[in-house]
Amino acid sequence: MRGHRGHPLWLAYGLHRLSGLALALFLPAHFWVLSMALSSPERLDGFLHWAEAPLVKFAEFGLVFLLAVHAFGGLRLLALELLPWTPGQKTLAAGAVAGAVLVCGVFLLNAV
Amino acid sequence: MTASTGMLEVSVWRGSAGDGQFQAFRVPVQENQTILDVVSWIQQNADPTLSYRFACRVGMCGSCAMMVNGLPRWTCRTHVQKVLNGNRLTVAPLRNLAVIKDLATDMDPFFDKWVEAEGRHHPTATRHDPMPPITADAPGRAEADAAIECINCAVCYAGCDTVAGNPDYLGPAALQRAWTLINDAKEADKGAILTAVAQSGGCFNCHSQGSCTAHCPNELDPMRSVAGLKRATVLAALKGGS
Repeated sequence: MRGHRGHPLWLAYGLHRLSGLALALFLPAHFWVLSMALSSPERLDGFLHWAEAPLVKFAEFGLVFLLAVHAFGGLRLLALELLPWTPGQKTLAAGAVAGAVLVCGVFLLNAV
Repeated sequence: MTASTGMLEVSVWRGSAGDGQFQAFRVPVQENQTILDVVSWIQQNADPTLSYRFACRVGMCGSCAMMVNGLPRWTCRTHVQKVLNGNRLTVAPLRNLAVIKDLATDMDPFFDKWVEAEGRHHPTATRHDPMPPITADAPGRAEADAAIECINCAVCYAGCDTVAGNPDYLGPAALQRAWTLINDAKEADKGAILTAVAQSGGCFNCHSQGSCTAHCPNELDPMRSVAGLKRATVLAALKGGS
């Protein structure tokens, strides 16, 4: 990576762009599989059986990660461009999100 | 300090953009040495044909920006010790601008875009009218204040990948100038500015990569200004304006 790109804002942009591209590649396959429910239900059942395989289950984590990263990247962009926050307010907002993730994480660990 | 050798290994771009290469120089280390000091030492002691640009040497004029170890920087206020890679320095002309010779770039496209972005004052009054008072804490004034200290050094322009991808993009500095005028109570033709920055290659071309804000030597936030222009143009369009 070229030196002038080595800062968090550019990395956030890069992550948003790459996750978007990966999701764009995934979506046609997703719709194609869903369309089998109408066109050939037997093939869909076969596919769903294959989707139970551990490796595919694991790959779904990647998918959820891409979705989460892209969704939060989009929210970040909306906040960045539509809310004229001062740097201090941005820090507070980031702190609030971090705090919420921490609290949620504690509850999640308790539940597990 | 790299006092162990006492010498810096400096690679300097020589020639034009299409026909040039890096040339190696050895420059003695000095205390409180800036990149501009190093370039000046080379020109004064090693090769008087080296071309580069500078004027004030105190970070006001915006003439001396170059790529230093791959990053756009104002060379007169960049200390060698803060950016040294081992004892190596690479000094190249600013990115995204055509090279005239060695470290001097053709800044014309950069300044032409200030004009294209309608980054000039359209007066509301003549010199015979009294000056309208504007308090320092007026909201528009505060917003303009945050962006008004631009020295036109083109560091943001050189750091911007959107400029690299689209030569017609007006760039962070020109758009930030337009944003200061949008917030100026004495600006008479804000519609013309919004029309200019809403065109193809205008503020909506910005991908919010933030390199302008990350590299601005005056610690300004051009990305915030461009975002302000995006909001202002959308609001104007919703109101049935330009």
